[in-house]
Amino acid sequence: MAHAQDAEYANEPLEFQSAEGRNNILGFWIFIGAEFALFSTLFATYFVLVNRTAGGITADHLFDLPLVLIMTFLLLTSSFTCGLAIHAMRAGKVKQLITWMAITLVLGLGFVGFEIYEFWHYAHEGATLSTSAFWSAFFVLLGTHGLHVSIGIGWIILLLIQVKRRGLTPRTTSKVFIASLYWHFLDVIWIFIFTGVYLMGLGGL
Amino acid sequence: MKWDEFIITGDPLILGAQISILISAIGAVFVLTYFKKWKWLWDEWITSVDHKKLGIMYILIAILMFFRGGIDALMMRTQLAAPNMTFLDSLHYNEIFTTHGTIMIIFMAMPFLIGLMNVVIPLQIGARDVAFPFLNNLSFWTFVIGMGLFNISFIIGGSPSAGWTSYMPLASNELNPGPGQNYYLLGLQISGIGTLATGINMMVTIFKMRAKGMKLMMMPMFTWTTLITSMIIVLAFPVLTIALAEMTFDRLFGTHFFNLTNGGMPMLWANLFWIWGHPEVYIVALPAFGIFSEIITTFSKKRLFGYNAMVYSIVAISVLSFLVWVHHFFTMGSGAVVNSFFSITTMAISIPTGVKIFNWLLTMHKGRITFSTPMLWSVAFIPNFVIGGVTGVMLAMAAADYQYHNTYFLVSHFHYVLIAATVFACFAGFIYWYPKMFGYKLNERIGKWFFWIFVAGFNICFFPQYFLGLDGMPRRIHIYGVEDGWFALNFISTVGAFIMGLAFIILVYNIYYSFRYSPRETTGDAWGGRTLEWATSSAIPPHYNFAKVPEVTAMDPYWDMKEKGIDPNKIDKYEKIHMPSNTAVPFVMGCFMFLAGFGLVFEWFWMGIVGAIGIFACMAYRSFDYNDGYYVSVEEIEETEKRAREAK
Repeated sequence: MAHAQDAEYANEPLEFQSAEGRNNILGFWIFIGAEFALFSTLFATYFVLVNRTAGGITADHLFDLPLVLIMTFLLLTSSFTCGLAIHAMRAGKVKQLITWMAITLVLGLGFVGFEIYEFWHYAHEGATLSTSAFWSAFFVLLGTHGLHVSIGIGWIILLLIQVKRRGLTPRTTSKVFIASLYWHFLDVIWIFIFTGVYLMGLGGL
Repeated sequence: MKWDEFIITGDPLILGAQISILISAIGAVFVLTYFKKWKWLWDEWITSVDHKKLGIMYILIAILMFFRGGIDALMMRTQLAAPNMTFLDSLHYNEIFTTHGTIMIIFMAMPFLIGLMNVVIPLQIGARDVAFPFLNNLSFWTFVIGMGLFNISFIIGGSPSAGWTSYMPLASNELNPGPGQNYYLLGLQISGIGTLATGINMMVTIFKMRAKGMKLMMMPMFTWTTLITSMIIVLAFPVLTIALAEMTFDRLFGTHFFNLTNGGMPMLWANLFWIWGHPEVYIVALPAFGIFSEIITTFSKKRLFGYNAMVYSIVAISVLSFLVWVHHFFTMGSGAVVNSFFSITTMAISIPTGVKIFNWLLTMHKGRITFSTPMLWSVAFIPNFVIGGVTGVMLAMAAADYQYHNTYFLVSHFHYVLIAATVFACFAGFIYWYPKMFGYKLNERIGKWFFWIFVAGFNICFFPQYFLGLDGMPRRIHIYGVEDGWFALNFISTVGAFIMGLAFIILVYNIYYSFRYSPRETTGDAWGGRTLEWATSSAIPPHYNFAKVPEVTAMDPYWDMKEKGIDPNKIDKYEKIHMPSNTAVPFVMGCFMFLAGFGLVFEWFWMGIVGAIGIFACMAYRSFDYNDGYYVSVEEIEETEKRAREAK
């Protein structure tokens, strides 16, 4: 969409050069604000219900620090490689962008894989959605985050196909940039989960 | 499942509704086919990304919902008109007060205001469209799907009956079996997505797409209130999303968020619901304040008094709106300190609100006031809203609230606030911007009849309820005895409700009458307006809004131009304009949402999965859609503008 003031943005990164790109990025920041409210509510629910295990199996019985550390490592690294992908995009290097993003996705898939294993393992030990209020809150919080990561993977795959087909344009770069914001956001949420759920859970909150 | 569990049978009232729905559906299909209007409907409306058309469709559906919610209200009032009435049984009564509350707030007040925002905001800030036209169409369809899902509950499967607040454990599987409550959860969830998207859309539109020269502190008041309302939406609706999702999980997948067993916590629902629910009150009140500000300045021919104070007060209200939710359950054992805190924050809201009231009064002071119908509604708003506000402060005193809690005093209070602010504003804004939308005014004489009868009916209906409340009549009861002594006031109240119903008929007649007989607009400036929406031609301004986007140099820019003798429509040379293309994706996506929602309501998970796959497929399709819109050619602009001028 050609706009008069677009000329003022000629020295900005490609994703900011069209009015549409700028609008989309601001809109997505606001959406992330809404996502923060969403996860805050989930955290609030979790902390309200954290001790309400109704005599059933408790968290410190099941939480496994090495497993969670691996997951954390995978996701934090993926955020770093995602940053490198955007760096490559700013430098105009399509191939590097796709490579770094692909690595990001593999790390993300690894994270989701471990999470599925974790859930399966817990269910095996007798902790499911319907075990107690605590486990309901746990699975819905973690599940929502995991679902977000999975959707992010699917989304970024679609975008990489578009970048491959069309190269770096104001349109494609703003899409990839937005997906990267989303990816970092999920990382931030994971840090809260890691400390608030796992570390505090293991510490016997 | 047996057939007669799926379709509701055996109640003559519902049978009547079913037959009339069937007849009107057949009638609509017949009319569209006979006049060969299907393609027109699809091209011009269903797939349209034009903010004005989407706004008009929002308003149309809101009026339809006003009718449905109003019928619910009349049925309730009929049941309560006299002691020991047997018009409705207790379950049916519960269902009706539930759907009345939900529909009026979620599917009438909000869409009506969002419709007005959609029509007005881009015009008012001098924009060609909203920031995300595709998303705007999607928001509309998610709203329609949520509305549709909620509304079919009473003919298919059964209505929700746990009140619009759906407190647990009343709304649990044990106490509320069947699909009714699922309809509530899914209907609100789906339409909530659209509301959130609208909030984001409006914020970006207002931040990024204002005409050159319009600073934030020069924006019209309706734009300001829309901006702040959108912020509240973005922060409050995710809370509802999660609360609804958790209750859906409780009902469908056996989790224990709000159950009484296995550690669940029913109070958690009440907290989450009202953390969203109280800001929601301001989501429907703030835009109303904006509408009144526009109308009062226009018809007083004066600038808004205390513009800055107005802006700060809406910001203050928006912050406070998140700090008061516990006042909805003072009596549920929160303790003295908590109750005191929320009592004080609640009363604090009356301060910025009071500031606004004085600003409106002082805007009128020494103004050259014309009492056109929109102005009548705005003037009537002030005393009626003050009655609601003052009784609100009475309720805000936690200690005293133990006395009026859950009585008709409360019912009367929130109807005084919501009707006097939101409903009056919907009518006022509807009449005020009607010429902008359709190119002619609603008839003023019939409009005044409508006004006087409605306002009279409103006060006759709700004023006695304060005294019923003080007499101890609890809310949500469906029957009372002669010995209770509530007959006379209840009867008066019911009479008032029917007078309001009569007024609604007059409004509908006015729309018909004006369509037939009102003189068509000659200018775009029907009322001597002050803001930019009046600077374009009318009868739905052309899809590009402004042939040339005006530059803003002062507050009330159009008024300023008129005073300086500038005609914004005098343009030497037109330039081609870029516009977005229509899209069918949101409509298709909406159909899949309906499928998914309907499947989950009846716990037919295969159907839910099919719907979800369809939704994601639509999103993927949209991601690959690089349609860049199109350019409106100079010739077309010339032609359109010439036709608009010739109408003079």
